[in-house]
Amino acid sequence: MPRIVVDVMPKPEILDPQGKAIAGALPRLGLTGFTGVRQGKRFELTVDGDVTPEVLEQARTAAATVLSNPVIEDVTRVEVIPEA
Amino acid sequence: MLSTPLIGDFSVAPENDALRAVRVGVITFPGTLDDRDAARAVTIAGGTAVGLWHAEANLQSVDAVIIPGGFSYGDYLRAGAIARFAPLMEKVVDAAAGGMPVLGICNGFQILTEAHLLPGSMIKNNHLKFSCADQLLRVENNTTAWTNAYEAEAGMVVPLKNQDGQYVADEKTLDELEGEGRVVFRYDGGNPNGSRRGIAGISNAAGNVVGLMPHPEHAVEPGFGPDSSAYGEVGLGYGTDGLRIFSSVLNSLVAGGKS
Repeated sequence: MPRIVVDVMPKPEILDPQGKAIAGALPRLGLTGFTGVRQGKRFELTVDGDVTPEVLEQARTAAATVLSNPVIEDVTRVEVIPEA
Repeated sequence: MLSTPLIGDFSVAPENDALRAVRVGVITFPGTLDDRDAARAVTIAGGTAVGLWHAEANLQSVDAVIIPGGFSYGDYLRAGAIARFAPLMEKVVDAAAGGMPVLGICNGFQILTEAHLLPGSMIKNNHLKFSCADQLLRVENNTTAWTNAYEAEAGMVVPLKNQDGQYVADEKTLDELEGEGRVVFRYDGGNPNGSRRGIAGISNAAGNVVGLMPHPEHAVEPGFGPDSSAYGEVGLGYGTDGLRIFSSVLNSLVAGGKS
């Protein structure tokens, strides 16, 4: 069944405490190549049948109204992942 | 109707028919923890608590609503994000627009921001730890329906317990809140979670909707509250500074003609 993937990331100006904690842990493991980490969320919406334009529009609505809070987060992707 | 058994001697509860006639609804969502505490606080302040279930669509003619603390729907998506879509919340949004006093405590505050009744949002504490402490607050605005029983600039000590207690909003919103006197509570004696400008509680533009992060409903009963008070020395567990939140709304509803 096809899936619609929605990515949600904390806004750049919002402090991301989880990402910051991870960024602090990496050098302790000797992984020093990174200057920052941001932690977001990935949602997978499963669709029974084809992803019609209406279904994709519903996914966009869900992303904007439920899956993200525009005060602190951006929806960075709403994309269909076809069946393998 | 939620029955709220009172365990101790509640001689502090005023015997006042006008106060008792005020009906304050307390909403329970799946995952709500502090509904009974909020209901008891209303009772101890002298009012009548009415239990409301999130899935119903009837506010049961209450005069005010409290959205208590907890972890509605487990906070799995974001704190308060799913509770916002509960059938009863539509009624709360309508009633708030009509001027009904609404108070959100902790998770209730988070729900009010998700419902767009209050601006901004709450993110994880800047130190990433769950906070649990007796917290000193300053009442920055004692003219709201929920704070009129406090003196101007009064202090209060109430428990703080949360994981997602860091209040954030953009600078323009923060400036508006400050300029319009809508910062109702500010942390005193140190910022426990990195909240912008030390904000612990805010109101909407009309002043009837108030949200605050710490828990006044856990500081209403001698013997079961914080170990300190902003109103002088108290015995261990005898801080009751939160009670005036509930007295405030009863007083303002009685003064406003509710009898």
